Parts: sequence; C-alpha cells; structure tokens
Amino acid sequence: MPHISLKNLSIAYGHHRVLQDVTVNIPDKQITVIIGPSGCGKTTLLKSLNRLLDLNEDVKVTGDVLIDGVNTYDGNADILALRKKMGFLSQRPYPLPMSIYENIAFGPKVHRMSKDRIVQQINDLEGRMVQVPSKKNGQMDILVESYLRLAGLWEEVKDRLHTPASRLSIGQQQRLALARALAVEPEAILADEPTSALDPLSAQLIEKQFKFLKKNYTIVVVTHILRQARRIADYVIFLYLGELVEHGPAEKVFDNPSDERTRAYVSGEIS
Amino acid sequence: MDLRKFKDTFSTLSIRLSLVFVNTLAFVIAIILYIKAKPILVKVSLSHLLFSTSWHPIRGDFGFFPFIIGTLGVTAIAMILAVPVCLLSAIYLSEYAHKRFRAFVRLVVDILAGIPSVIYGLCGVIAIVPLVRFLGQAIGSPTTGYSLLAGGIILAIMVAPVIISVALEVFRTIPQAARENSLALGITTWEMIKHVILRSSLHGIIAAIVLGFARAFGETIAVLMVVGNVAKIPDSFFAPAYPLPALIANNYGEMMSIPLYDSALMFSALLLMLVVGGFSLAAHIILLRIERRGYA
Ligand SMILES: Nc1ncnc2c1ncn2[C@@H]1O[C@H](COP(=O)(O)OP(=O)(O)OP(=O)(O)O)[C@@H](O)[C@H]1O
Ligand SMILES: [Mg+2]
Repeated sequence: MPHISLKNLSIAYGHHRVLQDVTVNIPDKQITVIIGPSGCGKTTLLKSLNRLLDLNEDVKVTGDVLIDGVNTYDGNADILALRKKMGFLSQRPYPLPMSIYENIAFGPKVHRMSKDRIVQQINDLEGRMVQVPSKKNGQMDILVESYLRLAGLWEEVKDRLHTPASRLSIGQQQRLALARALAVEPEAILADEPTSALDPLSAQLIEKQFKFLKKNYTIVVVTHILRQARRIADYVIFLYLGELVEHGPAEKVFDNPSDERTRAYVSGEIS
Repeated sequence: MDLRKFKDTFSTLSIRLSLVFVNTLAFVIAIILYIKAKPILVKVSLSHLLFSTSWHPIRGDFGFFPFIIGTLGVTAIAMILAVPVCLLSAIYLSEYAHKRFRAFVRLVVDILAGIPSVIYGLCGVIAIVPLVRFLGQAIGSPTTGYSLLAGGIILAIMVAPVIISVALEVFRTIPQAARENSLALGITTWEMIKHVILRSSLHGIIAAIVLGFARAFGETIAVLMVVGNVAKIPDSFFAPAYPLPALIANNYGEMMSIPLYDSALMFSALLLMLVVGGFSLAAHIILLRIERRGYA
C-alpha cells in the first residue's frame, strides 16, 4: 500500500472551492510532480499533505488524506508526528534565525532525539551517501555534516558553520532547508516550486539532489516549469481549475496524454 | 510635460522641509530649556542637583533625587506590570487568535491609546486608589491609596496599548514562510514562537518596550492625580511619591518669586526631555533598521 494516498479530497477557502474530489495514490520512492496552471490548487494540494493548510483560517477540507493508512484529517490524528514524517520546502527558503549548524541541529534537538538514535541515524545515512563524513567531534557534529553532505551543501559551508544562515545565497538556503528537513528523518519530501526563486545553476543542484534522494524518500514536487517536470518526474499529477484531470507515469502523461486538456497543457498551448 | 517631474520634486522637497522643521523644533525646545536652566547649572553642581535628597526651594536648596526616584519608581512598576502581559497578549493575537478577533482588538487598542490621560487619571482616582488603599490595609501597611503603586498601575494601563500595538506589528512583519518552514519540522506552536518568532523579533520587542518606557517616563497628568505628590523618597510601594513631570505641572508659574525656582524646574524639564527623547530615538532607530533589513 502506498503511504500517501488521497481519497475524494475537496478543499475550499471559505466559499471558494479550490480542489474538487481528488483521488490519487502517490507512488513510494519516486518523484511525483504536480503540474497545472497558476491558481489551479497545486500549493493547496501539497499543503494538505502535512496539514500546513491549517495555518489558513476558514479552510474546509472534506475527504481523506491517508498517510501510512491513517487519515490525517481525523480529529485525533497526531499532526506533529505527521509533519515530522513529511519534510517541506517552501517556494522561498526561510533560514531559521540561527547559525547554519543550528538550523540542522534544531529539529533533532527539539524532538529530543536520543544519542543512540542519532548514532543509528548516522549509520543509516552512511549507506546513502557518496562521501562518508569525517569522523571527529560529537555525534551532533557528525549528524550535521552528514545532512549537509546529503543536501549537497557541505563543501560550500564547512568553514562557516557557525555564521548566521541568513548570509547564505538563496540557492544555498534552499539546500539548507532540504538538509534541515532531512534531519528530522522524514519519509517524504514535499516541495512547493522549490527552484522558482533560484538561479538556473542552483535549480539544477536541487533537481540533482532530488534524483539522488528518491532512492530513500518519496518526493512530491510542485512546479510550473514544464521542462523541469520532464527532467525529474517519474509520476505526474495534472490539475486544472481544481480538478484532477490526469495522473500517471511521466512518459504516459507527457507523451501520450489521454485528456485533451493535458495534451494542450504539456504542449504549451495553455499555461 | 514636466509637470509630473515638478510635482515629484515639489513633494520630495516639502516632505524634507517638514522633517527638518519637526527636528529643528525639538532641537530649539532643548536649547531654550538649556538656556533657561543655565542659571541653576552655574550655581549648583550637576551631581548635587541629581543626587541630593534635600528639597528646600526657599533656602535655594534644589535636590531632585526624590523626584528622580519617584519617576523611576512609577516607571519601573509600570514596566514590570505591563511588559510580560503585553508581550503575551501580542503573541496570542499574532499567533493564535483568529484574524477577525485580531482586527477587533487592534481597533480597541487604538481607541485606548487615544483616550486623554486625564480620563485615565479620573479612573485611577475612582478605582485604583481605593483598590490600593484596600490592598495596603489588607497586608498591614495603612495608606491613603495615593501612592507609588497607584501611579505605577495607572501607567501600566496607559503604556499597554503602545507595547501591544508595536509588538503585534513586529510579529506580523515576520513572513508566513517562517511559520510554515518551522512548523513543517513537526514542532509545536509554542516551540515555533520561542525559537523562531521571538528570536527573529528580538530587536522589535526591545523597541516596543523602549517606546512604552518613554511614554511612561514622561506621562504627567494621570500620574499626578493618583501618586500623592510628597517630595520624599518613598519608603514602600504604598507611600506617596512625586515624579518629575508632576512637580513641573504642579509648580510652574506658582512659586516664581522664589529665586532660581524657575530655573530648577527648567532643568528638570530638560532632564525629562533628554531621557524621553533619547529613548524614543533609540526605539525608532531599532524599528527603522528592522524595516530595512527584513527578517531573513
Ligand atoms: N489563504 C487563502 N485564502 C483564500 N483563497 C486562497 C488562499 N490560498 C489560495 N487561495 C486560492 O486558492 C486557489 C488555489 O491556490 P493555490 O495557491 O493552491 O494555487 P497554485 O496552483 O499553487 O498556484 P500558483 O501556481 O500560482 O502557485 C487560488 O484561486 C487562490 O486564489
Ligand atoms: Mg503555488
């Protein structure tokens, strides 16, 4: 059973209905890309997966968002545990008001991750990385280094770990956000147009990182850049005016769409 | 046509001129006060004026220490009472309250900030003075109620709108992305407030407190009505005090036949103005920096 699955999900802001009756399974350990014209509800759909939608007032959700079989919109669902499972990258990165090092250590610290857990995590990570971190100080140092490496940022920041994270370039900040999200051991990564504020080179780095990470994480990316979608998508969800028009493996949706609106969108006739 | 350019130049110029005018005005007032205070400053040493406790104008003895203590006392009580409550209220309004409730409270706070201080003073006489009298009797220190504590309480009520509205403004300028990015890590709202919201807004909070402080420090009428006005260092919260603004308001123009009295009052006015002006300026510089730098 896939661990993210939506059943008859409808979402409205007040009386403004944004998503209607969306049912889809998001495949595990693949990159799923959500595409569609501006305002069609991509961000809304993404934020329903970790209940960040709750920050908006007057939002009404009906239907089910099942994460590991649990309906997250059930009254007694554990929202904090859910959010911990779903790493999140926003359109514009926001470094927490602390150092680069603390940005990564923050999550594990707040969640009071035990020493053993951290060591365990480091061991798990070593299998996932190209380069093993240099063994040196405390566990937390190794953990921070591991995640910075995993997000492809280590080499650029290793000499200034204790400077404010806000001094990084936007592209670096986005990779920092990725490392920060990974450090609380999510199972999935949700990213809302993660490269739209970035220069092409930084954008490429993020894409590369996603492709690398999909071995171990389920990744859901919202994008309005069709070329990017073609480059990274394994699975595609096409939304149009709040309706789930088509979803399926990337080749199928891009090369042989079954709906006329999908065809028009992927060929660039509507945008 | 160059009409648009002309309008632009004209408006820029008039804005600059008004700014210059306002700033010059403050400067001119300070100069005038200084000139008027000069006679006492040449006669009596500054340290005597500031730290002597002996206040006998007829003998030419002007020790402002009891008044300075009175001012600092009511201000300190006001800040201790107001700051925690106001910051918590602002946090609640910014991070927990529904936006309609927030808008409503903003309106109420603005109205409260606009109420003339004499009305606060009246309410103080009607409600706070008897309350303090009752409190004093209850814990065994009989008092008329006209006291340091009453002054502090009334000031706390008066600075609350300032602190709440500035702090709320500061919290609301933190981008929503800060909340989304931190909550997405699975932390609680309180953890987010503590580690992200408060940390990002430290300077702004300081500015809010300093503005409140400046308001409390210079407030005159309301305090004068409830504080008792006795020129002695108060020996308890329930004893009367005599803050500087009250001294000036009560005496200026009345006992002008006493030599140097006029000059002494001018000196205390200058002192007040420098402290309040200095603090307000500091707060505004902090707030301006925040706006420029943003929160990233
Ligand atoms: N907080 C909100 N309150 C009311 N309406 C909202 C809110 N957020 C989004 N909407 C509306 O919901 C609809 C979908 O918004 P959403 O942000 O999900 O679109 P999107 O597909 O992500 O668009 P874009 O590509 O421009 O980011 C839009 O019509 C938008 O105006
Ligand atoms: Mg969007």
